[in-house]
Amino acid sequence: MKKIHIVLLVLIAATIAVLISFMKATSTYETIAGAKRKPGKTVSLIAKLDKSALVEYDAKNNPNLLKFTAVDSLGQSVPVIYHNHKPENLEHSERLVLKGKMNDDHFECTEILMKCPSKYKDDMNQAKKNLEATKQRDQ
Amino acid sequence: MDYTGEHLFPGLLGHFFVTLSLVASLVATFAYFKTVQSKTETNATTWKNLARGAFLTEVVSIFSIFGILFFIIYNHFFEYKYAWQHSSRTLEVKYLLSCFWEGQEGSFLLWSIWHCVLGTFLISRAKKWEAPVMTVVSFAQICLATMIAGIYFFNWRMGSNPFVLLRNEMDAPIFSQPNYLSLIKDGNDLNPLLQNYWMVIHPPVLFLGFASTIIPFAYAIAGLWTKNFGEWTKPALPWALFSAAVLGTGVMMGGAWAYESLSFGGYWAWDPVENASMVPWLVLVAGIHTLLIYKHTGHSLRATHFLLITAFCLVLYSTYLTRSGDLQDTSVHAFTGEGIAVIHLRALFFVFTVPAFAFYAIRYKQIPHIAKEEQTSSREFWMFIGSLIFFLAALFIIVATSLPVINKIFGTNFTMGEDVAFAYNRVIIFVAIIIGILTAVTQYLKYKETESKFFGRKIIWPTIASLAISSLVVGFGNINYQQHGAGFLGAIWLALVCSVYAVVANTAYIWLGMKGKLKLSGGSIAHVGFGLMLVGILISSSKKEVLSWNTSGIFVPLGESSKERPGENLTLVKGVPTTMGDYNVTYVSDSMNPKKPLWYYKLHFRNKKSSEQFTLTPNAFVNYKGNQGLMANPDARHYWDHDIFTYITSLPDPEKNKDTSSFKPERLKKGDTAFYSNGFYVLEDLITKDNIPTGGLAPSDKVYMATIKVYSKNKTSYISKPFLIDKTGNLFPVQDTVPSENLIFQLNKVDGNNADFGVKESNSVLQYLTLKAYKFPFINLLWVGVAIMVTGIIISIVRRVQLNKSSRQLENLTL
Repeated sequence: MKKIHIVLLVLIAATIAVLISFMKATSTYETIAGAKRKPGKTVSLIAKLDKSALVEYDAKNNPNLLKFTAVDSLGQSVPVIYHNHKPENLEHSERLVLKGKMNDDHFECTEILMKCPSKYKDDMNQAKKNLEATKQRDQ
Repeated sequence: MDYTGEHLFPGLLGHFFVTLSLVASLVATFAYFKTVQSKTETNATTWKNLARGAFLTEVVSIFSIFGILFFIIYNHFFEYKYAWQHSSRTLEVKYLLSCFWEGQEGSFLLWSIWHCVLGTFLISRAKKWEAPVMTVVSFAQICLATMIAGIYFFNWRMGSNPFVLLRNEMDAPIFSQPNYLSLIKDGNDLNPLLQNYWMVIHPPVLFLGFASTIIPFAYAIAGLWTKNFGEWTKPALPWALFSAAVLGTGVMMGGAWAYESLSFGGYWAWDPVENASMVPWLVLVAGIHTLLIYKHTGHSLRATHFLLITAFCLVLYSTYLTRSGDLQDTSVHAFTGEGIAVIHLRALFFVFTVPAFAFYAIRYKQIPHIAKEEQTSSREFWMFIGSLIFFLAALFIIVATSLPVINKIFGTNFTMGEDVAFAYNRVIIFVAIIIGILTAVTQYLKYKETESKFFGRKIIWPTIASLAISSLVVGFGNINYQQHGAGFLGAIWLALVCSVYAVVANTAYIWLGMKGKLKLSGGSIAHVGFGLMLVGILISSSKKEVLSWNTSGIFVPLGESSKERPGENLTLVKGVPTTMGDYNVTYVSDSMNPKKPLWYYKLHFRNKKSSEQFTLTPNAFVNYKGNQGLMANPDARHYWDHDIFTYITSLPDPEKNKDTSSFKPERLKKGDTAFYSNGFYVLEDLITKDNIPTGGLAPSDKVYMATIKVYSKNKTSYISKPFLIDKTGNLFPVQDTVPSENLIFQLNKVDGNNADFGVKESNSVLQYLTLKAYKFPFINLLWVGVAIMVTGIIISIVRRVQLNKSSRQLENLTL
């Protein structure tokens, strides 16, 4: 066997090992019920903001504490605590991807990814609404 | 129905050129294909002339499409959906070009334009390689043309045409009126994140990088096709270098944009969009190195084919990843799949990848290779190992980035773990270590075989020097990144030593190996730049400090895990100096852009140690287009060795801040004291002035001014000066506020020594903002490194082009 083949084998083995350990470090997308079954394990919750519940954030007293309630498509809900500033358009998000873990009765969130109707992409529905509003104003 | 006020002619012309470009590229591809396949010289010439004509028609069409679209956007013809969707009347002219890359259609158009430019260049330069290479380029032009064709096949619309009319695309009652256009006052505007100067220059450069990867790919395919194995590498090398320089610049410009205008706190976040653009670069650079091996030793031709083909296919794969919307849940700036069907983007990937690799597999056995194996003391052996590592690193990054795609195919639901950046960093740090050493050492080896004495004598001094420098850096640099344990910190130190080694050894090689001839040392210079980049990345990321630790607020720990997330955001009350790291920061004032809801916040920094002072002005779009919320743009103070970087994370909600309290009357004499909820205040002085030379006041008009000293419970005092203008009996009070105490004073009436005040305590007075601030040390090393690397590559391009020219002249002489 050639030297280069040995090197190749070693490197490929290393790559496979890296990928396997990487797959172990990944987490999974969960519903709220799923997250509750795995307390202490980091998961990504796909949920929505419960607009009927209170969103607590007071930047004057503590800019690093946000509390709100998340609901998922199955109707389950969970209180969420996020130790960071409140994302500005939280109330207007259509969907939230919350990374974190269950801790007793609440979901301890470390990262919020928001899907907003109009912040990062053009949403034609929103644009249409704006257009309609223009029209009504003119009439 | 007849609509009024529309400008339909530019659109018709646009449609014509879109169709023409599709047809012209079809003809060009076919004719170039026939040129290659022709048996006789005359036949080939006929086909080639037809092909050139068709390609030039294509060039004219694409530039016309671009020009017409620009005309429509510039004149605000909102009857066209593209203009309405991506621009507005208030948009500054310098950002009009950015409208092109906000939409799918515009960015594919940009790509196509670069192919046209590169293609025209190839026609004039490529000589006998023109026909096969241009067949591939023209074929790519067909594919790109379908992206903007907007032609219906049965019920499926192929591509998205930039000239469609708004009224045909949207179903709204407004379009039932003939004069609908007069009701559309303004466009939808450009995404404010793109209203930034980096966004004017970064996409064109990045797209030139993407577009240019097709040329080394096309040369590799041409080599397989014409069976001129190996010969194609000569003209392909400068192109591959060009592509690497431009793509590298484009990717790092994206990093600079992220650093200067996005608020994710850095230049690199392992975001899928960033990864997708870096991976082709890694593979391309690996391909350049194997190509050099082939040129000097005849080894690695098969690997070169593979890498250059893969680099281009990865560009197409990235296009699919970032534009199909399949990455939605993992990226903040993945594009949506709107306009162009996902299946179309997948088809674009497969239509190149499958035939290219099939062709490679069929010809694999015929590609010449040397059976004798490389010496371990040879340069090529270690260059090959380096290329292999680059390729494997690219493979790892793209697999990790593709998790959503893997989920789609296998029905799994994996996602990145808690710390996305660390998942990448802990692997890439070892890549950096190995690549650092290889970059340093390999140049000192000779091709074929190196005597160990020779090697040892040359490498010894650079090694000693780098060990000395890097131990100084590690010893005194205070690099103490504890977040992921001692093992990772050790790896950072080791990587730092190796990248310093790469810088020093390559700098030394310019003199030791190249005798200081800079024109010949493009490679070494590029390696120095690459090493500096590594050093910059390692130091700036491992020593990045949060400055805005929350000290003003009352921090209530909630459960154990709150320790993991200490408050990184600090609230500043207007006018109150607050301690932040080594600085006293004061939120001084704010102002608004006259045209847009863009607010500027003036923050005054004073260093407590050196009493150095400066002002930063981070800005933010507030409640942009009726969408409540904030889009923050950071601001940074640059020093040679570090940056102070800050951006706004939160502002008070104006809705919740409505003023409901009222003025309380208070009658005071000079020297009197009164109380408020948080302390007391004294009327120190009361003066009357007349004959005020300011405009609008008659000589008989008077101004009363009160001086009030406020003593708050926390032992600070403030001066407030409300005044009252007496304009011939009409009284105009001018209030004064003490923001940090929520106090408003209004002087209502003055008679003699007595004054009637209104005093209000209101929450809405308190103006504040929440911000995040970082210190990035040695970030300039990264930018300088990029600049040096690109300069080095350009020097190499010039040299390779000259070498090719002289070797051609030599051939002509011997003929």
